[in-house]
Amino acid sequence: MKRYQCVVIGAGPAGLSAAIEAKKAGMSVVVFDENLQPGGQLIKQIHKFFGSREQKAKERGFVIGKELLDEAHELNVDVKLNTVIKAINYPMKRVTAVEGDHITSYSADNIIIAAGASEATLPFKGWTLPGVIGAGAAQTLMNLHGIQPGDRVLMVGSGNVGLVVAFQLLQAGCEVVAVIDALPHIGGYGVHASKLARTGVPFYTSHTIIEAEGADRVTGAVIAEVDNSFKPIAGTEKHFDVDTICIAVGLTPSSKLADMTGCEMTDIGGAVPIVNQYGMTSIEGLYAAGDTCGISEASSAMITGRIAAIAAAHKDGFIPDDEFETKYKLLDDSRRQIDSGMFCKANKGKAIEVTDEGIEISHKLLEKGYLAENEIYKFPGAIKKAKGLHPVIECTQNIPCNPCQDVCHFGCIAVGDIITALPSVCAPEKCEGCGMCVAHCPGQAIFLVNEQFEPGYASITIPYEFLPMPQSGDHGLALDRSGKTVCETEIVDVKTNNIFNKTAIITIKVPIEAAGKARFYKGAMNTNE
Amino acid sequence: MRIKDHPILGEIPKGNVVTFTFDGKEMKGYEGEPIAAALKAAGVMIHRYTTKLNKPRGIFCAIGRCTDCVMIVDGVPNTRTCITPLSEGMVVNTQYGVGEREVK
Repeated sequence: MKRYQCVVIGAGPAGLSAAIEAKKAGMSVVVFDENLQPGGQLIKQIHKFFGSREQKAKERGFVIGKELLDEAHELNVDVKLNTVIKAINYPMKRVTAVEGDHITSYSADNIIIAAGASEATLPFKGWTLPGVIGAGAAQTLMNLHGIQPGDRVLMVGSGNVGLVVAFQLLQAGCEVVAVIDALPHIGGYGVHASKLARTGVPFYTSHTIIEAEGADRVTGAVIAEVDNSFKPIAGTEKHFDVDTICIAVGLTPSSKLADMTGCEMTDIGGAVPIVNQYGMTSIEGLYAAGDTCGISEASSAMITGRIAAIAAAHKDGFIPDDEFETKYKLLDDSRRQIDSGMFCKANKGKAIEVTDEGIEISHKLLEKGYLAENEIYKFPGAIKKAKGLHPVIECTQNIPCNPCQDVCHFGCIAVGDIITALPSVCAPEKCEGCGMCVAHCPGQAIFLVNEQFEPGYASITIPYEFLPMPQSGDHGLALDRSGKTVCETEIVDVKTNNIFNKTAIITIKVPIEAAGKARFYKGAMNTNE
Repeated sequence: MRIKDHPILGEIPKGNVVTFTFDGKEMKGYEGEPIAAALKAAGVMIHRYTTKLNKPRGIFCAIGRCTDCVMIVDGVPNTRTCITPLSEGMVVNTQYGVGEREVK
């Protein structure tokens, strides 16, 4: 029987990161994955990540995934695909793998389970009809296989998955008729919701889906408002003509393998193995990392994967004490950094009303996905009528993220050392109009405004990630934060640059009184009409 | 519908064009993409009908978990079409219950 010093189960962000660290430490490593392609869900994520430079903020998920795969490849990490782990045996320290049509057992000094998660779903009338799909399925179809999941889509669930996938649907040329959520507030980041709202996608909070209509495929959807106990209120039904209903109501940790080892488990809205700060379960040599231990972002999965691997390597003498301590501290700090702010695990389910700075959160943002114009100026990133060109940062929740400060070489934007702080425009006069902040903000929440563009006219520079790409001289409509038409407008500049990482920045010219309102351009883009 | 040009991904790389049949009808798809992707691009929504209630099912999870999209592929029933790569000449048929439609 072949023996490995470290067996990793799952080749997603956590598993690949673990395998890379274990290999670097000098262990013999193998990674098993049931899929035909490694990378887990990370390779389908096309949005820019939040966080700081350490967590590869402002990079897109699939690019981070490719970097991980390249690193694993360079280190000659053995990744066995199309292989299902059927059993883990303790105390024999053995894993049983089904590869194709044959079965093999391996002996393992250490096992790191990084099996990820599966999508939760929601039963309702008609929920089994073709056309009702998981949000993950939509992401897989469009971003991996280049297939539109549907023409007109209703998104059920406003957590970050629902918000991000809804935006990706627009990018894929689909129409999103609405995003609904049974909770009275939007679950994900306000900035993700605002990206959708300004294109005209409406939000229905305190609404649930009642029915998927259609005889043999989805032809429509019915939603209704819910009361405080989540019961639909009769008479509030609303119908949408849709061919696709996308379900994004959460994820469940895939922890069956951990459970079968007999390690101690707990229930956190899904069974998960109990692990210590190093990711080790109650069984020595058995570790768990990533979503298997509880749902988190991919950036967090990569960190917990690395921690588990260095802990295993340290335990077996591959890494000396001092090196382990240094490495662990860096990773642990990074882990704490990204699990901070309003949306951290400890705040799950809590309604946060006030920012760390003591500013009241916009109820409009929480319910409709956008801020009212007069609310913007309460926040430190938004300033009115500074002289000439300046950024307006519409980032109003404490999210661990600082690329805006990182990319501004003119010292115009400050977040500070605590990266959950709201960004402020500390020196507007220093703005050179380079557009780096606009292009790199993962929440697309930064605009450049010049109230003195031309007599009577202001210019607004906005991030843009749709096709067809507008050209200078194009005429279209300027939309406000809610997607309503403000005025007619002309494109005066379009910048695309490799350094912007596929986000174009386009500048529109609007009458001065629209400077605080216009936040999106609608030309001949093939999204919401 | 296939996405021709994507603002972030550009042109999505695909294999060679191959021919396969769906319920006897000739269709085109790209080699190596999941059978379900080729069917979806061709507008096929129904992959199978359930055993007891004869209800239609199609793609649900698209990652080989839920088994909603299983079909009879080259004579093999219960083939997960969302994770089975398409190849030239494949014979793909709608699944009724656990096999072919009963001819009465």
